[in-house]
Amino acid sequence: MSSAPNLNADADNLLEVSGLKVHFPLPRKNLMTPGGTVHAVDGINYNVRRGSTFGIVGESGSGKTTAALAAMRLVPITAGSIRLDGTEMTTLEGDALRAMRRKIQIVFQDPYSSLNPRMRAGAIVREPMDLMDVGSPDERDRRVAELFRRVGLRPEQVALFPHQFSGGQRQRIGVARALATQPELIVCDEPVSALDVAIQAQILNLLRELQRDFGLTYLFISHDLGVVQYICDDIAVMYLGEIVEQSDRISLFSTPLHPYTWALISAVPSARHRKGEEDNRVRLQGDPPSPIDPPPGCHFAPRCPFAEDRCHREKPSLREVKAGHLVSCHLVGEDCVPPHVKTAAA
Amino acid sequence: MDATTPLLEVEGLKVEFKTRRGIAKVLEGVTFNLEPGKTLGIVGESGCGKSMTALSIMRLVPIPPGRISAGSIRLKGEDLLQASEKRMRQVRGKDISMIFQEPMTSLNPVYSIGDQIAETVRVHEGLSRRAAFDRAVEMLKAVNIPAAEKRVNEFPHQMSGGMRQRVMIAMALACRPSVLIADEPTTALDVTVQAQVFDLLKELQEKTGTTIILITHDMGAIAEMADRVMVMYAGRAAEEATTEQILTAPKHPYTQGLIACVPHMADKPPPERPPLTEIPGVVPALTDLGSGCSFAPRCPHAMDHCHSQMPQPQELGGGHRVACWLYQEGAVA
Repeated sequence: MSSAPNLNADADNLLEVSGLKVHFPLPRKNLMTPGGTVHAVDGINYNVRRGSTFGIVGESGSGKTTAALAAMRLVPITAGSIRLDGTEMTTLEGDALRAMRRKIQIVFQDPYSSLNPRMRAGAIVREPMDLMDVGSPDERDRRVAELFRRVGLRPEQVALFPHQFSGGQRQRIGVARALATQPELIVCDEPVSALDVAIQAQILNLLRELQRDFGLTYLFISHDLGVVQYICDDIAVMYLGEIVEQSDRISLFSTPLHPYTWALISAVPSARHRKGEEDNRVRLQGDPPSPIDPPPGCHFAPRCPFAEDRCHREKPSLREVKAGHLVSCHLVGEDCVPPHVKTAAA
Repeated sequence: MDATTPLLEVEGLKVEFKTRRGIAKVLEGVTFNLEPGKTLGIVGESGCGKSMTALSIMRLVPIPPGRISAGSIRLKGEDLLQASEKRMRQVRGKDISMIFQEPMTSLNPVYSIGDQIAETVRVHEGLSRRAAFDRAVEMLKAVNIPAAEKRVNEFPHQMSGGMRQRVMIAMALACRPSVLIADEPTTALDVTVQAQVFDLLKELQEKTGTTIILITHDMGAIAEMADRVMVMYAGRAAEEATTEQILTAPKHPYTQGLIACVPHMADKPPPERPPLTEIPGVVPALTDLGSGCSFAPRCPHAMDHCHSQMPQPQELGGGHRVACWLYQEGAVA
């Protein structure tokens, strides 16, 4: 992907990821046959604007979580560059890396397994500050109390253990912990998908308030398109380790160009597809293929209802077809008409 | 209510669990009817009793600590709560069958999927080994599993999540049950695979006339799948109506909140994004429900008597029932 477009590189970008590859080797099958390689992330580029929310969507195995964890240096990086605030992250080691980690924090999906059950809530939120030596011990306690208030918990709850909180409250503790070191970028890895719908709204509203008040930048991973449409400013759609489409939220949802994005959007159950009503959705057949041996050509071709010969042979590259809207599909021409619209018109 | 005879009638169903903190009233008088060939959706947050309703119908409530303390469940007139355990074993899988959220843990990893489907029909219909196996292949074809003759010999670990859920559906429908209970059948699946499973359920319902109870927390799934909806809160039905009525004119403040708090995907997203409507607070503990409406502490419209008296389900016309003081005539102050 050397010809990858340089997406408006400017000082407004907090995070710039280019040519990122994360490959995991598989154990060899036997003494003579080497194991395969999982191409979890296979050459992606994305920039996250300061103060915005960048969403990565995709099905399980698409590499969306790996793409975000790589930005935090939580998985070994095979190739590529990650620049946070102008600093190259991929080569940092030791204390320099630890210092950079203050600037990136994460909120995990499961508020049950991501909090140590033997630590008190206050200590959980304080721990990042202790580890990074932020402020004096007194200041840390004051900051914990302030963070508790800020995320909608009561300061006296610092003495409780995680099991004494509900799922939504635990996720608030997770958010407070992520805020403790005053990071610039917070990776939100499916932060609401383990929560009840009524609680999801509370956490989403909290995340947006905090973003407005502290100027935070979010890298938001989700498979829920409703949530992504609501919270993200820019969105990348991943399929088998690659970005197949990227755009701002309005353009992506109102004119999806890649057949995969279109299929993903139309698969969302909603009142648009009432039972018994005529419905012209095209269904994707089969399951997402494995990222171990991705097919040659376009990775989506085997499931694509519009695939032509060329799609199975040649790999399309991600290109900008209209301002700020990138797509990797042979069938989207200069006129910017995607194949699903052409077929519908024909 | 129209003249169609209900296939399954649940009336005044109460289930309690003994816990260290006292008696948890898990179900508090659940009443509903199933119309043959239709889909009833049950929605609510975790702990509202939607899965427990399903388990009660199957008589699978763990006793103790659980106890079905009142009510009746009539399948074509027969009260299942009075039936013997032997009779229930005939009912389960033959008249009523169930598919669960996690298809991996509900399949037996050491038997081939063919054996598992065949077991159901051999037990219930007394088919020979050969005939049962043929039925298994036929069922796998019915749920659109490619190369069914070959895959029938595979084991659960050789299949993807979507395939396993299809196997579960094949197994559940092998004896042509009149009621299929689907408890969050697609929660563990990707959205494109979920769409396939929903299509399959709709297609099979059209062909076989199976009645479906779909338990879910997703209003989108309800909109797509259900004919009628029961919204549950803290062990009671807060509202019950047709899907159309629930989606276009929800009456109970809880239903309204449940619909408003989810960011719905729009074809043309609006540029401005106001904060989502929140339902404040959390679900109450089932061990200390007061005498009032259990939603009152979270309700934006709560009045004085909401906190002291439980509203009874009220018929609003057109089969729309709601348990809320806002709609009670002559509400006591």
